[in-house]
Amino acid sequence: MSWLRAALGALVAVPILALLLFGMGRDPRAIDSPLPGRPAPGFELARLEGTPTRGPLLDAAGAALPDSFSLRADSGRIVVLNFFASWCLACRAEHGPLGEAAERYRDSGVSFYGIAYQDRPEDALGWIRGMGGQVYPALVDPGSRTAIEYGLWGVPETFFLGRDGRVAYKHVGPVSRALLAQRIDALLEGEVAGGDAATSSPGWQRGAEAPGATPELGVP
Amino acid sequence: MSALRGAGCAALMVIATGAGAPAHAAGVPWQARGADSPADRPQIPDSIVEARTREIAAGLRCVVCLGLSIEDSPAELAREMRAIVKEQVAAGRTRAEIEAYFVARYGEFVLLAPRPEGFNLLVYALPVVALVLGALFVVGFVRRWGGAEPDASPQGTGAEVSRTRGG
Repeated sequence: MSWLRAALGALVAVPILALLLFGMGRDPRAIDSPLPGRPAPGFELARLEGTPTRGPLLDAAGAALPDSFSLRADSGRIVVLNFFASWCLACRAEHGPLGEAAERYRDSGVSFYGIAYQDRPEDALGWIRGMGGQVYPALVDPGSRTAIEYGLWGVPETFFLGRDGRVAYKHVGPVSRALLAQRIDALLEGEVAGGDAATSSPGWQRGAEAPGATPELGVP
Repeated sequence: MSALRGAGCAALMVIATGAGAPAHAAGVPWQARGADSPADRPQIPDSIVEARTREIAAGLRCVVCLGLSIEDSPAELAREMRAIVKEQVAAGRTRAEIEAYFVARYGEFVLLAPRPEGFNLLVYALPVVALVLGALFVVGFVRRWGGAEPDASPQGTGAEVSRTRGG
């Protein structure tokens, strides 16, 4: 009788423990995004007046910066879309690395945009100035429509769009120098291999595991 | 004894019916009259748009507060998501279409009730299994209790009864 009880108890307890262990091994924030691999949602957003605050105020073609940006105009280019907010603490950590990457990849066909998320334009601009300025344009997203199109959970989140106009990676949490270099280099090289839609979700999973710090990804 | 068993069964029934009720059983007028046909898309009365919006929004997760629906959440993003639901309802889109819109952007996690398919079936099946196992356990326990009671001291109870009668 007692062995039967023990067996019954084990029968109940073991699956529950297994389920709990399985749950504890997962990052609750790493919710799979359906976006990687899919065409990037288009947008046409007004430029936050006064941004970029420094650097050449010219677009890729050498013309003066327009008042609004449409994703269509960037077709064939790699696009890094960073959702940020002046009220977001983690955004402070990634602001420097994003600016450095924008400067470094300026001539490699990579566009950078910051999209202010649930922020007043004056607050966003004040924050950018306080952070030492920004070399890439910030865009205003009224009603968070673009944020919802990109399935945004919060800020910061960064999307890497390939030359084929598809979302290649999504990163939740602040991006590091190493992560930016790894993602952008992969996209720059991926074109040689022909298309990067397939590289999407595992890369995102890996990136989401350690938001902020990914020291294992070597800087080239 | 039988009264006790009856009460236990009744309690279990209440739990069972409560747990078994579908999450969105409330009135779904447009599904019944098939709003999918484009003919009746343009003119939907405001009150119906409101009601449908509330119902659909109640099944969508507020992504910034996780545990709440966008209907219940006061968060700004939830309000904006609710506005999108309302627009789409007004445009005559069905609940399935609106849910698909959000699932395409946020993944299935945005649905508060997971779709009953694949691994998700566990969520629906386990409570029923647990309930049945629990009911069997309780019934077995009560039966053993009930069976043991009269056997343990038949004399004692009899004596007590006669004594009270005598006194």
